Amino acid sequence: MSVEGSPAFRPEAVRALCDSQLRANFRRAMDGLVAKRAAVFTDPIEWRELRALGASLRAGAIARLPELLEELERNCVGNGIRVHWAETTQEANAVVLAILREHGASRVVKGKSMVSEEMHLNEFLEHHGVESLESDLGEYIIQLDGETPSHIIMPAIHKNKGQIARLFGQKIRDARYTEDVDELTAIARRVLRRKFFEADAGISGVNFAVAQTGTLCLVENEGNGRMSTHVPPLHIALMGIEKVVERLEDVPPLYSLLTRSATGQMITTYFNMITGPRGPEEKDGPLEVHLVILDNERSRIYADVELAATLRCIRCGACMNHCPVYSRVGGHAYQAVYPGPIGKILTPQTEGLDRRHDLLHASSLCGACVEVCPVEIPITELLIRLRKEATHADPRSPVRGAGGGRRRLEDLAWRLWATAHRNSRLYRLAGLAATRLRHFLPARLPPLSAWTSTRATPRPAPRTLHELAREKGVPDA
Amino acid sequence: MAGRERPEAVYYYGTCLVDLFYPEAGLCGIRLLEREGLRVIFPQAQTCCAQPAFNCGYHDEAREVARVQIALFPESHPIVVPSGSCAAMMKRHYPALFEGDPDLRRAQAVADRVVELTDFLVTVLRVRLTDLGDQARVTWHASCHALRDMGIDEQPKRLLAQLNNIKLVPLDRERECCGFGGTFAVREPEISAAMVEDKAADIASTGAATLVSADAGCLLNIGGRLEARGDTVRPMHIAEFLWERTRER
Repeated sequence: MSVEGSPAFRPEAVRALCDSQLRANFRRAMDGLVAKRAAVFTDPIEWRELRALGASLRAGAIARLPELLEELERNCVGNGIRVHWAETTQEANAVVLAILREHGASRVVKGKSMVSEEMHLNEFLEHHGVESLESDLGEYIIQLDGETPSHIIMPAIHKNKGQIARLFGQKIRDARYTEDVDELTAIARRVLRRKFFEADAGISGVNFAVAQTGTLCLVENEGNGRMSTHVPPLHIALMGIEKVVERLEDVPPLYSLLTRSATGQMITTYFNMITGPRGPEEKDGPLEVHLVILDNERSRIYADVELAATLRCIRCGACMNHCPVYSRVGGHAYQAVYPGPIGKILTPQTEGLDRRHDLLHASSLCGACVEVCPVEIPITELLIRLRKEATHADPRSPVRGAGGGRRRLEDLAWRLWATAHRNSRLYRLAGLAATRLRHFLPARLPPLSAWTSTRATPRPAPRTLHELAREKGVPDA
Repeated sequence: MAGRERPEAVYYYGTCLVDLFYPEAGLCGIRLLEREGLRVIFPQAQTCCAQPAFNCGYHDEAREVARVQIALFPESHPIVVPSGSCAAMMKRHYPALFEGDPDLRRAQAVADRVVELTDFLVTVLRVRLTDLGDQARVTWHASCHALRDMGIDEQPKRLLAQLNNIKLVPLDRERECCGFGGTFAVREPEISAAMVEDKAADIASTGAATLVSADAGCLLNIGGRLEARGDTVRPMHIAEFLWERTRER
């Protein structure tokens, strides 16, 4: 059964739907991203071939996850990167804090990292007396406002420039009120510049970790990633176990798929390849580099051949940009670190079906996400698979909280449905009843009332196709 | 797939929504096929492709119902379906649904022969249509499963393009879901309502007299919203639209 006190998507989605400013912000932003992506994938054959390559590279890496992770560790260590393993987010937080304490570090600048969002790292560090400042502009904005990201690539996409102008005016000392985007960026830049130089440590995410060379690749546009990882004397990189790729040659196609799918860029402004701490002859770079590799339920997903496709994700966000549900309610309604279509399949697996089966139904199964996924994750198929796991309490299920979305009334409804539809005489009788009683449907009662609240009452035809076909002499066999 | 060459007979799988809500459209589909000289067989024991239960995760129940359907087509004729969504269920999901089941081969044999109506009319029959209707302004809604699961995009438009007296006004968001999604409309009624409202507004802004689509689910959803808004746009299944405009009176 469902866990009490679990987040629920529907009430939050309803709230978002009523917020016309939020809806306008998202719709405009998503339309822009959709158009930008379309402009860089104009050749359908190139797109088909590149995404097939991307899918096979990611699927191949996930299939060999344990050995690639060992290889990654070996080569990172060889490069002078210290590697730490964390099974849970609590463990990962503890590892980060221990490293910071060892260095007496109390001021941290952060590059963008969704794994750190999984860990609720900022909150944890603040609680332990460490200042942790987001340096990605979008992340900086939402940190100022005490919010969580509403999109995995553009965390502050739910805000328009007027809202950001007011926020900066209130929260940043000496900041003059302006709605000019360049001026707003300059204000944030001035604050962040100083912080980069004062910081004792930088924390970043990882986009691709190359097993064969022990290289950590970081994709970004603002230069804050490079500043966070190169200016402070200590760099801690965070990654989920799925981020590993086999060879350096695998990176260019995946990088191209990532940036084109995410923001419609052929290439980002910065692409960082981190291969270790500052060498003896080098004048800059951190003195120590640590890599924290987090599981957080991913190995459970890896264990199921079909569900493992979830781990192919390269976090481009194209699925949310194209989702008719996400583009109407925004990211916060999902109440999950990863919103949108990828979040709908990932969150119930990491947090348990008993807690988050609600997300499985936040989809019309339209498949717009699948159409644009650069690594061919069959999101709608996995949603259906997870719906099955959620409604059947099979003790052998590989998914946490299996059966947690089961309702006796629904079980009964589908049993009745099956009885009516496997017996063609019963089905035709029901059709006869529905057509003859077509003016007496209980339109005001659930579940039909959910339909008729915004639509005219559906009226069955006077006679079914079965009847018409027989009458017109259409042969039965 | 089986039978890209012209067959002598086809099976017709009407689908439960057409059966109950758009039987005339279902019949028009049969007439379009018969006019091309085919013998159309409508197995009277057909019920539902089982997609509703399948999509909700009730696969045992879905299999029970699907098992009845796969027994309906003993000859090797193509199975023509006037719905991309139901066709996708049969073509793409039946084999997975019967994985490890003694009926897998039969399910696969059915899946191999399933073809969506407009695809069949264009690709196999290469129909030539003569428009006998009055001047009309129409718009087209592309259904998600036809588009993305069956790869049917150009076929219906090629049929509509043969009608000389219509002006096809495209929607701003032709490829966006209308918000039906089977049980989605009932489980997430508010989001579904927001989606269908946007779709209805998009349709109304084209000034079209008729909305043509090839899936009964979308028509039921969009038509219901158009009616509630008081719009006079008429929702019509493409089979009925084509037949009504081309039949000899």
